Amino acid sequence: MEENKVKIRKFLSRFFKKHELGDDEDIFALGFVNSLFAMQLIMFLEKEFELAVDPQDMDFANFKTINLLASFVEKKTVKV
Amino acid sequence: MKIELSDAQQGYKESFRHFADSYIVPYAQRHDAEERISEEVLDRLISAGYLGSMLPTSFGGMGLDMVTVGLLNEEIGRGCSAVRSLLTVHGMAALGILRFGTADMKAQWLPRMASGKAIGAFALSEPEAGSNAAGVKTTATRTAGGFLLNGCKRWITMGQIADLFILFAQLDGKPTAFLVEKANAEGLTVNKMNGFLGARGSMIAELQLNDVFVPESHLLGKEGIGVSHVALSCLDYGRYTVAWGCIGTAQASLEASLHFAKEREQFGQPIGSNQLIQKMITEMVVTVKSARLLCLQAGYLKDIGDPDSIMETWNAKYFASLAANQVSGHAVQIHGARGCHQDFPVERYFRDAKINEIIEGSSQMHEVMIANHALQAL
Repeated sequence: MEENKVKIRKFLSRFFKKHELGDDEDIFALGFVNSLFAMQLIMFLEKEFELAVDPQDMDFANFKTINLLASFVEKKTVKV
Repeated sequence: MKIELSDAQQGYKESFRHFADSYIVPYAQRHDAEERISEEVLDRLISAGYLGSMLPTSFGGMGLDMVTVGLLNEEIGRGCSAVRSLLTVHGMAALGILRFGTADMKAQWLPRMASGKAIGAFALSEPEAGSNAAGVKTTATRTAGGFLLNGCKRWITMGQIADLFILFAQLDGKPTAFLVEKANAEGLTVNKMNGFLGARGSMIAELQLNDVFVPESHLLGKEGIGVSHVALSCLDYGRYTVAWGCIGTAQASLEASLHFAKEREQFGQPIGSNQLIQKMITEMVVTVKSARLLCLQAGYLKDIGDPDSIMETWNAKYFASLAANQVSGHAVQIHGARGCHQDFPVERYFRDAKINEIIEGSSQMHEVMIANHALQAL
């Protein structure tokens, strides 16, 4: 989980250069991201963590904080 | 770092070029004059499998990588911008279903789209909603078993011949994507739109929707992600293929100008020996190469799933569409009076280039996105 958070934070730092993003901070409420960000984020998640983001997962509530993103990755990559 | 096509990609490029020279170029002026794509060309595209160029082989597509898809769009665009528009919007619809569709939607539509049995189109723009895509006014209201669509879509490329539309409407005030099948859409009226400046064979239509019923199963993706995910994803492919098509238009302008500059004599020598003509040719050569490199980079990043591919596609489309305008403008200038007459294709390239600077995001929308992205990166 912590390793994934590091990767997520590194990706997000491209968009939040001068802001130290907290694990529970709402990244959409900060106003730094544009309309393309959601696509970029999904591509990052799929490539970095080798998972598929299904249309039903495409809810900003799943992606709005580092903790939620890490939980989402954990849930999608859990080995059955 | 290595920037070169693989042997397979080079082989495809040569076959695409041969196809365009044989089956597209000879029809392009007719498409422009008649404001439609000929049946012969459509049949050839289908026979070659190009309507499935963007789809995986599991659905009957060609399974091409995105660089090779780009090469196809360059060569088809070199022949006729309107035919390239067909590949673009059909691909946007097909990839929208591939990315966001249910298993049933994919099984029902993708093999038919790959084989050309069904033509797809993308119905987003409206009389009052262009660049502000989320501002569409078409509505979807819930009814027993599905939704009723009401509103108007305008400037819909290939709308005259499409069998299936990805259509965007406000559902409970949230932009949502729907599949609308023309054959089962009572209340849908398709009106031809003619008289365009360029890409005149694009068979553009206005769609009037009057209580058009679509079943629940035709909601694409889920409620509220129509623009933020579905449309932006489709438009990314659209932008990418338009960018490549612009290179085709620019390449055609360059090739016509090189031939003309060697053949046309004034003051006892070919005009190509004039240094002011050489200056224009130099700008054309370097501009085409620059645009192609940007497109190749965007394609490579798409093939490896890199999130940077999205902004690089914006960069590529911005530059390539301006390049097509500059290069085709030079081509008209080099051709002199001939460049201003419909008997010479550079006149058409010049008109087609302008269309491509507006569709899939105007240059000004690109400037907003690209500049903000650059400022954000500091």
